[in-house]
Amino acid sequence: MQRIGVFVCHCGTNIAATVDVKAVAEALSHEQGVVISQDYQYMCSESGQDLIKNAVKEHKLTGVVVCSCSPRMHENTFRKAAASAGLNPYLVEIANIREQCSWIHKDIASATDKAIILGKAAVAKVNLNTPLTAGESPVVKRALVIGGGIAGIQTALDIAEAGFDVDIVEKEPTIGGKMAQIDKTFPTLDCAACILTPKMVEAAQNEHITIHSFSEVSAVKGFVGNFTVTIKKKARFVDETKCTGCGLCTEKCPMKKVPNEFNMGLDNRTAVYIPFAQAVPKVATIDPNYCLMLKNGKCGVCSKVCSVGAIDYKQTDKFIEQKYGAIVVATGFNPIKLDKYDEFAYSYCPDVVTSLELERLMNAAGPNGGTLLRPSDKTHPHTIVFVQCVGSRCDDSKGKQYCSKICCMYTAKHAMLIREKYPDTEVYVFYIDVRTPGKNFDEFYRRAVEQYNVHYIKGMVGKVSPKADGKIDVQASDLLSNEQLHINADMVVLATAIEPDKSARPLATMLTTQMDTNDFFTEAHPKLRPVESATAGIFLSGACQGPKDIPETVAQASAAAAKAIGLLCKNSITCNPCVAHSNELMCNGCSACEKVCPYGAITYQDKEFRMPDRTTAIRRVASVNPAVCQGCGACTVACPSGAMDLNGFSNSQIMAEVDAICK
Amino acid sequence: MQVNENFEPVIVAFCCNWCSYAGADLSGTNRLNYPANVKIIRVPCSCRVNPMFILRAFQKGADGVIICGCHPGDCHYTSGNYFTRRRITLLYSMLDFLGIERNRTRLEWVSAAEGAKFADVMNQFTEDVRKLGKNRRLEDLRCRKQ
Ligand SMILES: Cc1cc2nc3c(=O)[nH]c(=O)nc-3n(C[C@H](O)[C@H](O)[C@H](O)COP(=O)(O)OP(=O)(O)OC[C@H]3O[C@@H](n4cnc5c(N)ncnc54)[C@H](O)[C@@H]3O)c2cc1C
Ligand code: SF4
Ligand code: SF4
Ligand code: FES
Repeated sequence: MQRIGVFVCHCGTNIAATVDVKAVAEALSHEQGVVISQDYQYMCSESGQDLIKNAVKEHKLTGVVVCSCSPRMHENTFRKAAASAGLNPYLVEIANIREQCSWIHKDIASATDKAIILGKAAVAKVNLNTPLTAGESPVVKRALVIGGGIAGIQTALDIAEAGFDVDIVEKEPTIGGKMAQIDKTFPTLDCAACILTPKMVEAAQNEHITIHSFSEVSAVKGFVGNFTVTIKKKARFVDETKCTGCGLCTEKCPMKKVPNEFNMGLDNRTAVYIPFAQAVPKVATIDPNYCLMLKNGKCGVCSKVCSVGAIDYKQTDKFIEQKYGAIVVATGFNPIKLDKYDEFAYSYCPDVVTSLELERLMNAAGPNGGTLLRPSDKTHPHTIVFVQCVGSRCDDSKGKQYCSKICCMYTAKHAMLIREKYPDTEVYVFYIDVRTPGKNFDEFYRRAVEQYNVHYIKGMVGKVSPKADGKIDVQASDLLSNEQLHINADMVVLATAIEPDKSARPLATMLTTQMDTNDFFTEAHPKLRPVESATAGIFLSGACQGPKDIPETVAQASAAAAKAIGLLCKNSITCNPCVAHSNELMCNGCSACEKVCPYGAITYQDKEFRMPDRTTAIRRVASVNPAVCQGCGACTVACPSGAMDLNGFSNSQIMAEVDAICK
Repeated sequence: MQVNENFEPVIVAFCCNWCSYAGADLSGTNRLNYPANVKIIRVPCSCRVNPMFILRAFQKGADGVIICGCHPGDCHYTSGNYFTRRRITLLYSMLDFLGIERNRTRLEWVSAAEGAKFADVMNQFTEDVRKLGKNRRLEDLRCRKQ
């Protein structure tokens, strides 16, 4: 005989204002197996949980139904409460009468009816619940960080600090990310390289950290605590172990006309290159699209000049497989492409640049050695116009709906730096709003306006037209004075929106993590679990989760590291017991289930069975490895003989819910 | 067909735990309205939905059944929703054979971020089913009282 307890939560007024909780408790008290049904203010509070614990003991409950908020909120809370009173935690079911009832309905009568039906479905299900015990699976004590920007570097350093091995996979030839390209950083105006490069070196020298540069993740298998990852080490045609980074090959390479991506294409590099002086690892890479030797077999200069014989034109992509307990995603962001913004003349006027290009133009290690010159004629610009929100906060499909968050601050930074170094330059900034909510941020912006006399104009730039004399006509509206303006500029800087790296989407698919509609990785809970993904064992770090400046990136990177360390500290983790199992008496060994299982959890065994005529026969039957099964249920539907079923979501449980809803 | 103003369809919604159930929660958190006719059953993945469950619902008096899963490519278990898509396509021909209008069964992809889409889909589906009217109940002939 079942002895079920029902607990209906008011959630303050969140539920009680639209659902007659007393009526729900009363209605459910008549359901099959229910021995006690009561309502309470806050079931998740300590006294609410005590109510469950006491009822379990007092009424010797065999099942508990809590009508409350979403199971995604408090399923664990109530399971733990039941377990502490001696009831198997998997004998607890939740009827979601807040998110899926009281919050969406206004009419008390129909909301109450619905809550009763949801409660009945949960009672019907719990009648069929069976006690489940979670197995254990070991944790591999090694972490993988995907992306080697400041986020990935910080996460790796923190994990290594705790004594765990950690690998960084970076798709570019060097780690560092966007921060390596930035000149000075707001709000302190210290030089980015001065604070970043020591960290890069620290990562390279740390005995616990392995950097796989010029590499990508090509496959991910497994689950929390036990991921198997295939890393593709792309052919760089240079033996990493031999190359000393002397740079002789880059000096001698005759192919000197390759757009330099590190300088945003503003100057050229050679076909064999080291992205920048402080690159980590400091190893040359040959670009096969430009290398004369690789393209038509004629040259071989680099191989001749390399004194350590590191050049290897025959190198191919290599794949390595490694096991990890935790994975941290830190794939960062990129400025969007501006091909849909022809009104700003970006594609055809070299003196219209993006903010990241400006960072390179002002950087001492940049194309002009830090002197700000127009890309077209290398003259000093006297009037510079900044356009904010290019592609951000768009309500059309051209750009992004979100605010890119960092642009207001870096534009103020750029304006200030230019006015500081070239006081004869007039700087105009066109903005929609200036958003400076960070610590010391508004003060920073006000300094740009008050101390550096940057002309901030609230308004939109309509058109940017290069003129025959080399000047640029910027046509804009001043929203406050309601005037049309024409500014005769020498340079225009577009504060370009940022978006997640293009490789993030296929990566999310491999990792089975969720993304939002803009392809930023989604956190498990927007407020309470901001650095975990919804997939256990996968954590998020930096701008891949949403636009962020460096301090926020570093904070999240350390938080993600802390979460990963928390996992790696454990020797084993409890598995999800809601796994599939096959009824050997019904299984006919057809292999239908094995074919659909995405994890390869199903194998076959030959087993002896007693036949009706008292002989024994050997039959092939399916068996599920509970440590590998993730509980999707694909196999249960594929099984033609009804042998395969899923714990916690069995055929009969779901049918019972269907029946209760349709009754 | 006559549209009965007072007809309140019974609608069963199967939602996968990782995307659509979370999407439904989000539409609740954002207080987005959809009809109380919709009752959600949580399943780990849309591929857990056995077409038998859908037939069972129609047999027990459901007027509409909707299955919601992650967008193709985003299934938490990588490929579950592809199975679902194929299974539901096959189920349609079965439903045709049984004489249950196709519009009473729907498969939708709703991500965890699409609270608004979840509400829209449910509003639309309820309206569509309401227009179709009461479903002819599937009967199990073996159980028919003589
Ligand atoms: C013009 C400009 C100026 C800025 N100025 C400032 C400032 O003054 N102060 C400030 O605080 N912030 C500033 N920022 C913001 C700052 O750049 C970011 O906060 C920071 O770079 C985010 O770090 P991240 O590691 O998350 O991302 P990123 O720096 O983008 O690093 C991501 C790394 O991951 C790698 N990667 C991507 N995908 C993969 C993959 N699939 N596999 C392997 N590796 C991958 C990338 O190659 C890259 O190395 C500025 C940004 C811009 C655009
Ligand atoms: S439920 Fe079945 S198909 Fe899904 S992981 Fe487990 S064994 Fe594989
Ligand atoms: S599909 Fe069913 S019958 Fe076939 S092998 Fe798997 S469990 Fe056995
Ligand atoms: S988990 Fe959502 S469809 Fe598979």
